Amino acid sequence: MTPTPISLDPVTLAVLKGRLEQIADEMDATLFRAAFNPTIAEAHDACHGIYDATTGATLIQGKSGLPIFVGVMAFGVKAVIDKFTGDNAPREGDVFIFNDPYLGGTHLSDLRLIRPCFHGGTLFCWLASVGHWHDVGGAVPGNYNPAATEYFQEGVLIPPVRLYSAGRLNQDIVDIILAASRLPVSAFGDLNAHLSALDLGTARVAALLAESGPDLVAAAFAELTARAATMMRAEITGLPDGRWEEEDFLDNDGRNDVPLRIACAVTIAGNRLTLDFTGSADACAGPVNISRATTIASVYVALKHLFPEVAANSGVLDPVEIILPPNSLLDAQRPKPTGGYTETILRIIDVLFCAFARIRPGHAIGNAYGTINALSIAGNRADGARWVMFSFFGGGHGGNPEGDGLSHGNPPIATAIIPPVEIMEAAYPIRFTQWALRPGSGGAGTHRGGMGAIYEIELRDAAAELFVFAERARFAPRGVLGGGQGAMNVVAYEQEDGWHTPALGSKVVGVKLTRGQRIRLESPGGGGWGDPAGRDPAAAERDARMGYLG
Amino acid sequence: MSRLVVGVDVGGTYTDLFLFDEATGKARVGKVPSTRGREADGFAAGISGLAPLPAIAAIVHGTTVGTNALLERKGARAGLITTAGFRDVLEMRRRDRRQTWGLTGNFIPPIDRDMRLEVAERTLADGSILATVDPEEVAEAARQLLAMGAEALAIVFIHAYANPANERAALAAARAVWPNPHVAISSDILPEIREFERTSTAALNAVLQPVVGGYLSTLDARIRAEGFGGEFLIVQSNGGVMSVETAASLPVRTALSGPAAGVIAAAHIATSAGFPDVITGDVGGTSFDVSLIAGGTPALAAQTTLDFGLVVRTPMIEILSIGAGGGSIAWVDKAGILQVGPESAGSIPGPACYGAGGTRPTVTDANVLLGRIDAARPIGGLARLDVAAASAAIARDVGAPLGLDPIAAAEAILRVANARMAGALRLVSIERGFDPKNFSLMPFGGGGALHAAALIREVGLARALIPRYPGVTSALGCVIADMRHDRVRTLNLPLAATDPVGLRAAMDEAGAALSPLLDRAGVAFTGRRVVHALDMNYVGQTHTVSVPVPAGEPTPEALLAAFEAVYVGAYGRLMPGVPVRLLNLKTAVIGTRPKIDLLSLAPSADATIAAATRPTRRIWFGDWVETPVFDRLTLPVGARIDGPAILEQPDTTIVVEPGYQAMTDRFGNIILARA
Repeated sequence: MTPTPISLDPVTLAVLKGRLEQIADEMDATLFRAAFNPTIAEAHDACHGIYDATTGATLIQGKSGLPIFVGVMAFGVKAVIDKFTGDNAPREGDVFIFNDPYLGGTHLSDLRLIRPCFHGGTLFCWLASVGHWHDVGGAVPGNYNPAATEYFQEGVLIPPVRLYSAGRLNQDIVDIILAASRLPVSAFGDLNAHLSALDLGTARVAALLAESGPDLVAAAFAELTARAATMMRAEITGLPDGRWEEEDFLDNDGRNDVPLRIACAVTIAGNRLTLDFTGSADACAGPVNISRATTIASVYVALKHLFPEVAANSGVLDPVEIILPPNSLLDAQRPKPTGGYTETILRIIDVLFCAFARIRPGHAIGNAYGTINALSIAGNRADGARWVMFSFFGGGHGGNPEGDGLSHGNPPIATAIIPPVEIMEAAYPIRFTQWALRPGSGGAGTHRGGMGAIYEIELRDAAAELFVFAERARFAPRGVLGGGQGAMNVVAYEQEDGWHTPALGSKVVGVKLTRGQRIRLESPGGGGWGDPAGRDPAAAERDARMGYLG
Repeated sequence: MSRLVVGVDVGGTYTDLFLFDEATGKARVGKVPSTRGREADGFAAGISGLAPLPAIAAIVHGTTVGTNALLERKGARAGLITTAGFRDVLEMRRRDRRQTWGLTGNFIPPIDRDMRLEVAERTLADGSILATVDPEEVAEAARQLLAMGAEALAIVFIHAYANPANERAALAAARAVWPNPHVAISSDILPEIREFERTSTAALNAVLQPVVGGYLSTLDARIRAEGFGGEFLIVQSNGGVMSVETAASLPVRTALSGPAAGVIAAAHIATSAGFPDVITGDVGGTSFDVSLIAGGTPALAAQTTLDFGLVVRTPMIEILSIGAGGGSIAWVDKAGILQVGPESAGSIPGPACYGAGGTRPTVTDANVLLGRIDAARPIGGLARLDVAAASAAIARDVGAPLGLDPIAAAEAILRVANARMAGALRLVSIERGFDPKNFSLMPFGGGGALHAAALIREVGLARALIPRYPGVTSALGCVIADMRHDRVRTLNLPLAATDPVGLRAAMDEAGAALSPLLDRAGVAFTGRRVVHALDMNYVGQTHTVSVPVPAGEPTPEALLAAFEAVYVGAYGRLMPGVPVRLLNLKTAVIGTRPKIDLLSLAPSADATIAAATRPTRRIWFGDWVETPVFDRLTLPVGARIDGPAILEQPDTTIVVEPGYQAMTDRFGNIILARA
């Protein structure tokens, strides 16, 4: 797509923006409904968008997809653009697939399917469909392996390859991908669901181009990106100039029980924002490293939460400079493991929320619970078939100017919802013995933090292995403007001699459970907002009457 | 001997009425102000204005009293008894949040935490009972809730859809101590897997029982006191009617009562007119409600979310609502992009042109400034509209930031509003695999016909069909709706293991369970039928497609063929070899009620175009055009009016844009299409 001098009236722009967003939304809906694994179908850990033909920059993003993918997909598209050039350039009907986190960000579980859209024989834009698959091999079912030291232990890495060549399916690639998974039927179902979404998006883009013409649509893309940048600059200009330093810590990397520092110096000068992460910990042995692409995407998510009115495209980052120290855990190089990327990006968001709470106190929001709380329980059924129960568990959101934080919310990086207890119990040999709010977990404040939850699960099979990948067992979610901390994460599991807590806080690797033994998660609450002494007495009385205070 | 049936749709501002004489085929319409807080007065007065109550055989009511109570948090104080360990299911939701970006927004559950009590009991996913329930523990919990002021009680146990035995034992124990009939168990309301959706539906039902039950018994007492001796029926969200007795025990089924009636009317009008494929577009004050009717049958949805965390799951007419109505406010965002809605000026203060304190420009203000709405003869009871106020608001909030004069700014507001409405029309058609060029738009509500030509153009629809009385469509739907009761039961069976005899027995049992609801209603039906559909998927998927059960033996082969036909239509590809599962059996029993012959509404035979002609008006169609105006209701059958033209009637204005033609069909509908 080349820049076109066509002029675009604001009304046509608004109309085209709506049409383009609808295409991405429809692709989201198609994948959610057709996918097999509940992490996509129920938890919506997936995303679709439209990307620039030559740079891969995000042009349009669906409203229902996973926020963290918003920023990161551009890197995935760019990886395909860079690899497939010259004689090997993309053709109409090609579909590319890969999960290389060093090229495309996030972790191996996220499969990216990328398809070029042509108009009149010329590449016009890219469509991408990304989703979190149930299992991609590696040492741990479900792929959250707290003990990984190289990506080889996390799953099978697929470099960008052609799944379809000019409309013809490359069955060899499908066979390799399915052979790598413990759950090949789920993988096959998800693959087909991604393809249905891309088929639909391609047809919709073609219809729009036939109707409005490529020049007008290209002009809309350019204008929307420019406006997001303009708006972000206006937001930054409205902030006071200065420099603010903030830090927070990850509990550990899953190997060594040493806290890992995430530091950020926020500098505002006129309409420029600089985020300097110098001082953050070096790359670590365990899987909480993240690639440069992931770090940039997490900055994008934080800024979108702090400035929700700014449009969702690459223009948001135009006025932002991001400085990453070399060899840090925020710029991971292969083969450093990245499977727990969610924890690190959540901490980046927490750090930025705390910094901006000082920069503009009127919009301060307490930290949310700050961990993905990934739990998997895996075993073999009587007939030998593998079963893997995998889910993310929720926690509290921070108190904010509007009121108390939401209890049992989803993480800021996702719009994922949790599968129902009844669906999980019908699918796997487990039983929930408790599914409750966690009283006392919300940070105190004029506006209290939301509560985390208590989940207790009993094994109803002869034996299984337990894995938990979580954080915030050592460092609590912070309050703002004098608000208190949320409660920390507490993980416990039963063995023959009684209850145990993991040596690494909230990370569990391959603990054997036998019939009747339980695992218990008590997830963090959100940080409070404002001095607890300022809380409305009626709200305090209600908290006590509802049993919210523990 | 006449047999009078009256449909009554009580809205926030107006109560619409439609009276039909089944013996003579004659119909009359009425519109009176709603009397909020004293609903029985307006209700009885409105009906009496059309015919004496003792002469009426049936009254059918579409109501929003339940929905309003939930949205305004004015439900009754209710209690919940649930499985030990699960009392917070209602408050924890599906671990979601209010909006994607921003991380603000809280949730207050419909039943407070201190009113949710646990009892020791447990059923497993396969229906086996791990722990039986202790009736005395339930009775004690019920007594405690009563002491805390509960007026209604919901009992929801985990996996009760798979085996309701514990819930039924608890129901018996609770009934023994509960002083009123407002006690229900989740397996009676919704025997379907997914504990939050089932709990939310049961909790909202409990919260509504005293409210809706009280409202209906007050209405019933009032009309009976004035001599009414016929049937009193309530429209449900699925578009069927139910008895007052059923409505009082299952009030959650009235969530979309009024809008559903409108869609039922649309299906009947469109099918009669020979266009059974329509998309309805109801333009109200705050919202644009869209529904798809294919082959004369409205699409059904499994659930709706009334507000964040307030989920009602029960089969209902699928209605997509977006915040783009006449009162929707136009504004320019920080990126300089013109937006319309979702914020609305409502009816108070209303659009700037109402002169009632509203200062922000709305879609209605744009229509007024461009002359499309006659400021001297507005619908809805105002004496006249303030064009200058509309112009000033548009100039300030839209014209100045975009560098447009007020007229250009008003045009821009309509374009963006039309684009948003078009997006909703595409969502229910293209996204569901229906090609809009085969569909007609049926605009109703006060504002729909103002936008019809633009929507035909934007979406590529075949035509618009504007019913004779677009402002009372829901009331008409009340009169013609069939009685319908739905039941969803979770099966969770592999297709390969499906026993046709067992499945047939389950279908027969579901039909037999529902039929008494028809028998007890005391309504004479012209026919009855039972329809079954299955929610099916590939094993491993959690979402399903709805598959009509094919005629003949429901063998695995026949069901697989039916599933694949639906699946390939939805997703374009199949996965041969992957096992298939039956998740839910969905059964509906339908008692058919007499249909109106819509010819009774047709214009009189001596109508002429000349007699219907009114003075011209200046209207903006890219320039000011002296535009012919006609009285829509007195146009004769077969009249053809070329645009630009305006057709006026008391409850709406139809804009025939240049390049379009309006034609009156034999029923008095207007068919609007490209000339």
